[in-house]
Amino acid sequence: MTDTVVVAPAASLPLRPELRAPRRRRSMGVWVAEHVVLVTLAVLFVAPVVFVVLTSLMPAEQTLSPSIWPTSWEWSNYLEVFRTVPLARWFGNSALYAFGATACMLVSSVPAAYVLAKIRFRGASLLFGAIVVAMLLPPQVTVIPVYVMWSKVHLTGSLLPLILPNLFGDAFSIFLLRQFFLTIPREYTDAARVDGCGEWRTLLQIVVPMARPGIAAAALFSFFRAWNDYFGPLLYTSENQAAWPVSYGLATFRGVHGTDWSITMAMTVLVTVPVILLFLFAQRVFVEGITLTGVKG
Amino acid sequence: MITPAVIGLLVFFVYPLLASLWYSFTSYNLMSPPHWIGLRNYTYLFTQDPKVGKAALNTLWFVVFMVPIRIVSALAIAGLLVRVRRARGSWRSVFYLPALVPPVASVVAFVFLFNPGTGPVNRVLHLFGIDGPLWFNDPALAKPSLVLLSVWVMGDIMIIFLASLLDVPRELYEASSLDGANGAQQVVHVTLPHLVPVLVFAGVTGVIAALQYFTEAAVASGVASGKATIGAGAGAAIGYPDDSLLTYAQWIYVRGFGNFQFGYASALAMVLFVVASVLVVFMMRRVGAYTPSEAS
Repeated sequence: MTDTVVVAPAASLPLRPELRAPRRRRSMGVWVAEHVVLVTLAVLFVAPVVFVVLTSLMPAEQTLSPSIWPTSWEWSNYLEVFRTVPLARWFGNSALYAFGATACMLVSSVPAAYVLAKIRFRGASLLFGAIVVAMLLPPQVTVIPVYVMWSKVHLTGSLLPLILPNLFGDAFSIFLLRQFFLTIPREYTDAARVDGCGEWRTLLQIVVPMARPGIAAAALFSFFRAWNDYFGPLLYTSENQAAWPVSYGLATFRGVHGTDWSITMAMTVLVTVPVILLFLFAQRVFVEGITLTGVKG
Repeated sequence: MITPAVIGLLVFFVYPLLASLWYSFTSYNLMSPPHWIGLRNYTYLFTQDPKVGKAALNTLWFVVFMVPIRIVSALAIAGLLVRVRRARGSWRSVFYLPALVPPVASVVAFVFLFNPGTGPVNRVLHLFGIDGPLWFNDPALAKPSLVLLSVWVMGDIMIIFLASLLDVPRELYEASSLDGANGAQQVVHVTLPHLVPVLVFAGVTGVIAALQYFTEAAVASGVASGKATIGAGAGAAIGYPDDSLLTYAQWIYVRGFGNFQFGYASALAMVLFVVASVLVVFMMRRVGAYTPSEAS
């Protein structure tokens, strides 16, 4: 792990050296005590990962024995997952869901957030209020009529009811993007208008390039939310195994395929790895997004 | 430019809200059109439903215990990390990364770690001569086990607290120590007041998340019972063990999609709507404080 996870929210930039309090010397005892606590906690936080990975590499019989270190390293457990369930297909479904939802969200929510942040119009605050309420209300409140709508157009049994609504804006993303757009000084957009740019051109040529980190963060949140979603796929795809995403497939894995913990842990690792990789590629954007909004997708 | 979003709000939010209200006064099962039954769903809900009380209490339990425990542990770890001077980024990663694990994966992992027969947690306890409990298979411990999980994945709020702690102007500490304040007094009079907005925000979002607590509880029940087929066979494992993990959101799901009582499930949903709205109104006032003012 590199040290670059460090957040750089504008507010926490280091103060100029002369403003900094002289470094107080702390007693050795306090330093040792703090580090003992930290190391203990760190071990507790890392231990689950270690146990899961070790178990995923054990022979199946060994998961029933008290020894924790694999007696032989069964890398084939990971292949076994693909043989037991249509995992490649489920990964494909997850990718379709995550990329599809994110692409649809960007197309609709970036313009909507731009309008809310940069254009004054009647009803703007009412609209923004409605978006905040939609973002905060539990999905279970509206889930039944929405399900009825999708069943009337015969799209239940697929992930489309979870992807398509993003074409009409996603409340959380609009909220997040608006926050970013607000930080762009109005002079830029006003100047573009004075120069005769239409709203679309102002958005695409002035605002989007300046708000790229914010848009990237919104896209990442959207991607993670879709990849991690369980409730949506449970609702719409539970009876059609061919449409399951990996998160849903993993939740049913142990019940359907017995109590073999080593294979179950191998699948757990497989479902987690893409998310961690994506994070490592984009960690700065991601952590800034969390710090700015206070919310994880 | 904003038209699609307005349509989206109307179709996927305003209409469903009104439709839920209408369904809640009807008997409706998707096969035949809804027919009006007045307040019968609501009288059943408040007087007869055998499990709604249990489900509401379980959800309340998560609100009362999970939310504060998560916040306090995130704050404690952020407070430790802010004092570390070397390799701060690596320490932060250790405590942040679990937050990235997909919820289903983290639940499956925890049910394995805590499984009574062969789970590493009980093996480690055994080394210390302790007979480990049944964790996710014990009605009294299933919810606390999920609290442990929620602490493991507290990284997102920990990052927010850390940013806020780093943000406390050092002059304040300096000035207060010149005035003779000791460490504890500084925490109470300097650090905590600075954190209040972030704490309120974490508290209210935490409560809203707890009100809709579904995935972790449903998956834990399914995996721990060994009958992880909810959906088509809804109800087999829901709430396992002994309804201790049956949350209100799951009860809406069971009545709606397990029993196809869309009218009754809508009544349950409307009650949740009222409770959540009270909290959302409270929260909306706070959201304003987080909207960055325009830079110009």
